[in-house]
Amino acid sequence: MDFDKIEIRWHGRGGQGAKTAALLLADVCFKTGANVQGFPEYGPERMGAPITAFNRISKSEIRVHSNIYTPDLVVVVDESLLHSVDVTAGLKEEGAIIVNTPLSEEEIRPMLKGYKGRVYTVDARKISEEALGKYFPNSPMLAATVAVSKVMGKYEFIREMKASYEHKFAKKPEVIEGNMKALTMTFDALGV
Amino acid sequence: MRTDVSKINETTPYEDLTEGLIMHAGGTAKEFKTGEWRTNTPVFYAEKCKQCLLCAPVCPDGCIPVKDGRRADFDYDHCKGCGICVKACPFGALAMVEGVEPIKEEGV
Amino acid sequence: MSVKDRMSGNEAVAYAIKQVNPDVMPAFPITPSTEIPQLVSNYIANNEMDTEFIPVESEHSSMSATIGAEAAGARSLTATSSCGLALMWEELLLAASNRMPCVLTLVNRTLSGPININCDHSDAMGARDTGWIQIFAESNQEAYDNFIQAYPIAEDKRVHLPVMICQDGFITSHAVQNIVLNEDEEVQDFVGEYHPEEFLLNDGNPIAIGPYSISSYAMEARKAQEMAMENSKEVIIEVARRYKEKFGRGFELFEEYKTEDADYIMVIMGSAAGTAKQAVDDLREKGMKVGVLKLRVFRPFPAEELAEALKNAKGIAIMERTESYNGHGGPLCSELRAALYEHKVYTEAVCYTYGLAGRDFTVEHVYDIFNEVNDIVVNGKEYKQHRYINLRTKEV
Repeated sequence: MDFDKIEIRWHGRGGQGAKTAALLLADVCFKTGANVQGFPEYGPERMGAPITAFNRISKSEIRVHSNIYTPDLVVVVDESLLHSVDVTAGLKEEGAIIVNTPLSEEEIRPMLKGYKGRVYTVDARKISEEALGKYFPNSPMLAATVAVSKVMGKYEFIREMKASYEHKFAKKPEVIEGNMKALTMTFDALGV
Repeated sequence: MRTDVSKINETTPYEDLTEGLIMHAGGTAKEFKTGEWRTNTPVFYAEKCKQCLLCAPVCPDGCIPVKDGRRADFDYDHCKGCGICVKACPFGALAMVEGVEPIKEEGV
Repeated sequence: MSVKDRMSGNEAVAYAIKQVNPDVMPAFPITPSTEIPQLVSNYIANNEMDTEFIPVESEHSSMSATIGAEAAGARSLTATSSCGLALMWEELLLAASNRMPCVLTLVNRTLSGPININCDHSDAMGARDTGWIQIFAESNQEAYDNFIQAYPIAEDKRVHLPVMICQDGFITSHAVQNIVLNEDEEVQDFVGEYHPEEFLLNDGNPIAIGPYSISSYAMEARKAQEMAMENSKEVIIEVARRYKEKFGRGFELFEEYKTEDADYIMVIMGSAAGTAKQAVDDLREKGMKVGVLKLRVFRPFPAEELAEALKNAKGIAIMERTESYNGHGGPLCSELRAALYEHKVYTEAVCYTYGLAGRDFTVEHVYDIFNEVNDIVVNGKEYKQHRYINLRTKEV
C-alpha cells in the first residue's frame, strides 16, 4: 500500500455477504501489517434489507469510530440498490466505485447521479458461476476491491487468500480451487 | 476469618461488622433466644405422653428435642409458643398456658 | 511475548475469558452481546477451556446463578446488554451488597424505548447506583485489557465488589480491528488462581450469606459497602499499573490526551473518545489548544482526580451518551459538575447529549463542539445546557 489510508463503503443486502466481504478485506489487509477496521451498520436485521459496511485501512493507528461519509471507494454488491440507495453520496471525485453488474461502465455511469470519478463494473455472477458453479459474489467483489483500491499487490493478495481459504475450507478443500479461480478471473476481467 | 457472633451486636460500629453481613459461622441462630417472644407457653405432661412423636416434626423452630426415639421437655430458650404441637397431640399430653412460664396445672 | 491479531470487541472479550478460564458462566443471549457466550461455548465445546457454562431462561436467572456460583466459591461471570441488564436489576444490587467479586461483561446498548438495538450508555448508567465497579473501553483492545484486570480488582480484599466491563455495542463489539493479545500463561499469571477464604461449599466451615438485616445493622452495612467502593479506587490504579508494567498498555482512572496545555477539554467515555482524539489532532494542527479526557472508571467516580485534571481548562465539554429525563442533564454531567464545584473549579462546563440509540458521532461534531465552547468562553455566547448533537430540529 503506497498511500497512508483508504476509506471504503460497501452497499449490499442482508444475507448477501457485504459485511463478510468487509471483514474479509480487513482480515487480508491485516496480514500485510496494515491497521484495519471493518464494521457493519446494523439496521433492521432482515434478509434483503439494504445494509452498509465499512473499512478503514491505514498505516497509522485507527481511532475514529464513526461511519464513513466521504469514502475513497464504494463497492455495490447488489446492482438493484442503485435505484433506492444514494451509493455515491460523499464519494470522492478522485475515488472510485465498483458495481456488481453484467452492464458496462458506460451503461452504469448514467445511474450514478453524475458521479465523475472512476467507475468499474464486475460481473460477479458470471465469474462466480463459471469458477464455482454457484453464485457467491463475495470472492469476486473482494478481488475487485483489492484490485481497484491497491491496498495490496495482486500476488500478495492471491497468496494470502489461498492460505486463508485453506484454513477456512479445511473440511471442504474442493471449493478452494474455484474460489481462487474467481479471484484471478476478477483481476483479469478488470485489467488492473 | 471466622465470625465471633458473640462480639456482634447493635452497638457494633460499621467497621467491625462482617463484609456484606455474611456470617462466617454455623448454627448461630442458637445464640438468639427467641423464647423471649413467647406470650403463651406449651406444657408437657410426660405421664400422658405415648411417645408417638407426632409433635416433634410439626414444631417450626425445632424446640422439641428427640433422643433415642423419645421426646423430652421443650427447649424454652427458643420456643415461640405457637401452639402447633398442642394441636398435633392426640393424647392430651400437651397444653397451652397463658404467659411465658410453663406452669403445670394440678391434677391434669 | 504478545501476539498481533485482529478481532471484534466481542471476540476480544471472549478470548480474554478463555485465557482467564473462570469457573462458571451462566448467560442468556441478547444483542449485541450474544457472541460472547456463543464464542465461550465454542471454546468449551472444543476443550480449549473448562468453564462450566449454564444456559438459563432469563437474565434474572443468569445473574442469580452468577451470584450463587460465586457464593459457592467459584470465579463466576456473565454477559449481557440493555434490557438484559435491566432484568438483572434486583440481583445486581444483591451481588454488590453480598460483596460478590463476580464480573459482568456488558456490551452497551440503549434501553427501550423506542425499541432499538444500537449503542448508548443508558443500560450501564441505569445500573450506576447498584454498587458495581464500572469500567469503560474505547476499543476492542481496551475491552480485552479491562477484562483481564477485572478479577484482580474484584477479588482484592480491600474491594470484594462486582465489576462491570463495558464496551460500546456494535461500534466496538462488532468492529474488527487490530489488537495485541497476551500469552495465555502471562494472563493466568497476572490474574492468579482464585482461593476465597470463606465460601458456601467449604465443608465443615458453614457460612450464611444474605441474611435479613434489621434497621440497626442495614445502614452500617451500606456504609461498609460504600467504603469498599471508595477503597477500590486505589486497587484499580494498582492493578492498572501492574498491567501496564507487564503488558505495556492501559490507563488508570482516565486517559488524558493532550490536555496539559489545553484551553478546552472534552470529557467523554467509550468508543467516541477515539473519534474525539482524532479531532483534537486535526484542531491542534490549526492552532487550537484542545484535549480529550477519556473517563475509564465511572464507578467509583474519580471526582477529586477529575477536578484536579480539569482545573486549568478554560472550558469543558461534557459528553453524555444517555438521557436522564430529569431536566438537568445526565449522570456524567451532573456528577462531574458537582465534582468541579466541590473542588472550587469554576470553569465553563457545557453538557452535550450525543450518540443516543446508535446515532453516529463524527470528528466534525467534535470540531463544532470545541468551536462552540471557544465561542462561549471568548465571546460570551449564550448557550443551552444539555443540547443534543446531530439532532433534527426546527430550532436555529
